[in-house]
Amino acid sequence: MNETRIIIAGYGGQGILLLGKILAQAAMQEGKRVTFLPAYGAEVRGGTANCMVVVSDEEIGSPFVEQADVLVAMNEPSLRRFEGRLKPRGVMIVNSSLAQPPAGRATGAVSVPFTDIALKLGNARSANMVALGCCAASTQVVALKTISRILQDFAGKTNKQLGEINQQALLAGSKACTPGASQR
Amino acid sequence: MSGNDAIAEGAIRAGCRFYAGYPITPQNELTAYMAEHMPESGGVAIQAESELAAINMVFGAAAAGARAMTSSSSPGISLKQEGISYLAGAELPGVIVNMMRGGPGLGNIAPSQSDYFQATRGGGHGDYRCLVLAPASVEEAFGQMFEAFDRADRYRNPVIILGDGMLGQMMEPLSVSPGRIKSYAKPWALTGCKGRAPNIIRSLYLKDGALEDVNLRLQKKYALMRRTEQRWESACLDDARVVVVAYGGMFRIVKGAVRKLREAGKKIGLIRPISLWPFPDRAFEPLLKKRLSYLAVEMSYGQMIEDVRLALCTRQPIEFLGRAGGGIPTEEAIIKKIKTML
Repeated sequence: MNETRIIIAGYGGQGILLLGKILAQAAMQEGKRVTFLPAYGAEVRGGTANCMVVVSDEEIGSPFVEQADVLVAMNEPSLRRFEGRLKPRGVMIVNSSLAQPPAGRATGAVSVPFTDIALKLGNARSANMVALGCCAASTQVVALKTISRILQDFAGKTNKQLGEINQQALLAGSKACTPGASQR
Repeated sequence: MSGNDAIAEGAIRAGCRFYAGYPITPQNELTAYMAEHMPESGGVAIQAESELAAINMVFGAAAAGARAMTSSSSPGISLKQEGISYLAGAELPGVIVNMMRGGPGLGNIAPSQSDYFQATRGGGHGDYRCLVLAPASVEEAFGQMFEAFDRADRYRNPVIILGDGMLGQMMEPLSVSPGRIKSYAKPWALTGCKGRAPNIIRSLYLKDGALEDVNLRLQKKYALMRRTEQRWESACLDDARVVVVAYGGMFRIVKGAVRKLREAGKKIGLIRPISLWPFPDRAFEPLLKKRLSYLAVEMSYGQMIEDVRLALCTRQPIEFLGRAGGGIPTEEAIIKKIKTML
């Protein structure tokens, strides 16, 4: 059984839930089994937000992720809160613009300044898409082009300019964590 | 689609044309979805001024012959109990959705299964029963709405969908299939009595012996439901030494744990009650001859386990694992517990 259990966390307003939803949607479009479970407490802008995504090729048991294969931490408090829930050989993806990746983690740590990259592209709010690009490229859980297609449909309905930036953000994220990813 | 959205969409497709609700986490999306989409199908969705108003509006709509529904979460469902008892007493169909959260009191908004007693033992006053269905996935929640409205009309009885906050909030892929709807003649409905004798809908019977007759009629109906409406899912019972019993969202976590144990060669079986009332006693009948150990796992401190005990005629050893108030038994804890029983 091939199953990837993912925790995505950050502060409210960073688009954490959207990141998870697009990831889940991409998995669904690729014909995989998937669950998306948001934290639904008193999440507000500036507070904390997290969600859990499970992608599998078989029927999924628990949508609740106790032990994660992948942790995407978009800020420091989220990293501290969830790093203990990452499996020893799990992949840690850290937004180094807002969090200090733990020293001494030999394998599976990807540290990229998502927010800084997004700022350079023109919108700090696209940091979630940079992270999504990085997550897809470093874990192969879904294909980049599936996500890109979803963003395209999305942009058509809302803001075209923001859609452009999001596409660039996605690509920048994938390139930033795996040199050579752009050739795939 | 989220569980809340899927239940709302399923209800509309199952012919629900009247919805009244009042906001409470974690079922708010259900009310919001109804407000947005019910008008598209020519139905009515109302955000009532209170839970009491909502359930009594359902009473009115059901009396007029409409497929009617309300939804809430635990504390709100407590407020609706009087109305549910009246629905049962007046023999009106109606669907009530409870996306359970932590209790008692206002509790919290975390997923829970602490309202099992309330749903299966009445909750309101009087000798009555509701058919109770517990979905374990978004897809199943969608499909069960067709069944819920069908059974409500067939038996002229309230039907409860018992979910939890996790099921309501989680999203899963859902293939929306058009379900079959059987329409029931409702000669008893209050549709305007021009040209016929007036219909009377009531639950008050003061004449000597009248209420007893009503009660006996209800009991006959409940006996029929016991015979025909038991539903469950089971797996790996043939070689099982330990049988784990869980329902709804809890079953999902149990299933993951049991899968891991079976991969490691452990002989564990599974029973998932889908109807909570009537409880699927028949799932246990073929097992009564064997000497097995049972484990009930719940997001409560032990409610469904009482029905498992009754189904086993209290003759077999049964253990319990449960947490509530925001705690959820983890896969790891379940595996650990089962290992102590092998």
